[in-house]
Amino acid sequence: MADKKRLFENIVHGIFLILGLVTVACVLVITIYLIISGIPAIVKIGPVKFLFGTEWASTAAEPKYGILPFILTSVYGTAGAIILGVPIGFMTAVYLSKMAPKKVRAVIETAVSLLAGIPSVVYGLVGMMVLVPAIRKIFHVPDGSSMLAAIIVLAVMILPSIIKVSLNALDAVPPEYEQASLALGATEVETYFKVSVKAAKSGIAAAVVLGVGRAIGEAMAIIMVSGNVPNMPSLFQSVRFLTTAVASEMSYSTGLQRQALFSIALVLFLFIMLINATLNFFLKKDREK
Amino acid sequence: MKKSKITALALSFAFAATALTGCGGSKESAGGTVTTDGSTSMEEVIGALGEKFQNDNSGCTFTYNPTGSGSGITAVSEGRCDIGLSSRSLKDEEKSQGLTETVLAYDGICMVVNTENTVDDLSLEQIADIYTGEITNWSEVGGKDADIVVIGREAGSGTRDGFESVTGTADSCKYRQELTSTGDVITTVSSNPDAIGYASLAAVNDTIKAVKVDGIEASEATILDGTYKIQRPFVLVTKDGKKLSDTAQKFFDFATSDDAKDIITSSGVVPAN
Repeated sequence: MADKKRLFENIVHGIFLILGLVTVACVLVITIYLIISGIPAIVKIGPVKFLFGTEWASTAAEPKYGILPFILTSVYGTAGAIILGVPIGFMTAVYLSKMAPKKVRAVIETAVSLLAGIPSVVYGLVGMMVLVPAIRKIFHVPDGSSMLAAIIVLAVMILPSIIKVSLNALDAVPPEYEQASLALGATEVETYFKVSVKAAKSGIAAAVVLGVGRAIGEAMAIIMVSGNVPNMPSLFQSVRFLTTAVASEMSYSTGLQRQALFSIALVLFLFIMLINATLNFFLKKDREK
Repeated sequence: MKKSKITALALSFAFAATALTGCGGSKESAGGTVTTDGSTSMEEVIGALGEKFQNDNSGCTFTYNPTGSGSGITAVSEGRCDIGLSSRSLKDEEKSQGLTETVLAYDGICMVVNTENTVDDLSLEQIADIYTGEITNWSEVGGKDADIVVIGREAGSGTRDGFESVTGTADSCKYRQELTSTGDVITTVSSNPDAIGYASLAAVNDTIKAVKVDGIEASEATILDGTYKIQRPFVLVTKDGKKLSDTAQKFFDFATSDDAKDIITSSGVVPAN
């Protein structure tokens, strides 16, 4: 009887193990596939020419495969989204955690959750129909599809992750810290920024990194507002990101062009791995405390 | 991509069906396969024709290899496929090598601008100059004083290839936006008063305005009689003296028949016959 029970337990264990391995297998398959299909083009084109070439003309008579414009656009675009999104998200989190009345907090938190649930194509659509014409009119540029439009869309998209993660970090600060600070005569604002935020800083850093990860990997929303021309990045110019470079040409690509698109995906993949490693570093630091 | 996936799926089903039944069983005597090779721009129209052909002739297999017009012409002259597909007319030296062209359809590309734009007519040269960045302001072509916003399609698109080859602007276009579908081009042009774009004739609607080219309005009639300039033929290339297999002949007859007209029209091009 006991043996039977153990056998059953073991089988269930086995099933769970297999299910757990599915995820690992997926990651492995994707990684291996990307490396195998991404390396040949880099070798053929030459790593320096590929990564630092400033011109992309994949279907020209003499094709050029330089992805520096995409890399820089992705980096600048993400940086821009962080510069716009982090202060707003961070302040919102501080307000919600420390100052907001319960009812207000409930309403805002629901709104934030809803914002997180909106599909990215909807962000893109609204950006295309509202934001792009608005940029054209406000800044008197001939066309509103630009890096700026993409940055604004990305900033809104990363708000929910930043708010939620920083909020959790701020909520976790022991109230004794704040009470001690207040008892010593500090004002509330002084307490929140000098005590609470300091205590929650690695959680907030994790929120920023998460935002970076979300922004750099987004394709659908920004392909609709950024214009997609492989220019070197500039605020009011039409630009192409690493993600949109892959998405926009994949459908008709052949030969070396297609291989080069896989190489772009590989570069993007490495960026995201790097960001994940940074995120883990901050989270681990948080836990050790 | 989606289209080609569907085609591939359809083809694999067809293969499976062939393996099970043999082509057409007792009704068909021929080998039962028709192979086509060539122009990527013709993917949509040839895919639709192939699908209908396979549905009507159960057991027969239709294959399409998207390699480009030049490769398709070479393939048919070397006998590696039944019918070559080319999105340009054959050159004289190609004809002298014993190849025959049969125009299947004409691909007419409309120049579209915003409905607020006062420009109604552009010459082919003006269009080429606008796309290469020689002309950058609408006032240079009779419009108001505003920068021209040049909208195009992504590299590899058949429409872009057609437009650039007709206007002679291959590899030298300076786009403000490169969009991934005809619908995107139409939407963008309709929302920006200074934009110009190109789209296939079938996609043109009321939200935008099609301009005349050299004084000729784009329509099925002007495309067929050749007066509308921005167009190119979709050609079926066959080899003289080499008899098509029964199945290939059947497909050829079907593609050039009246029955195929609706399918060709719904693929966004103008049937030639």
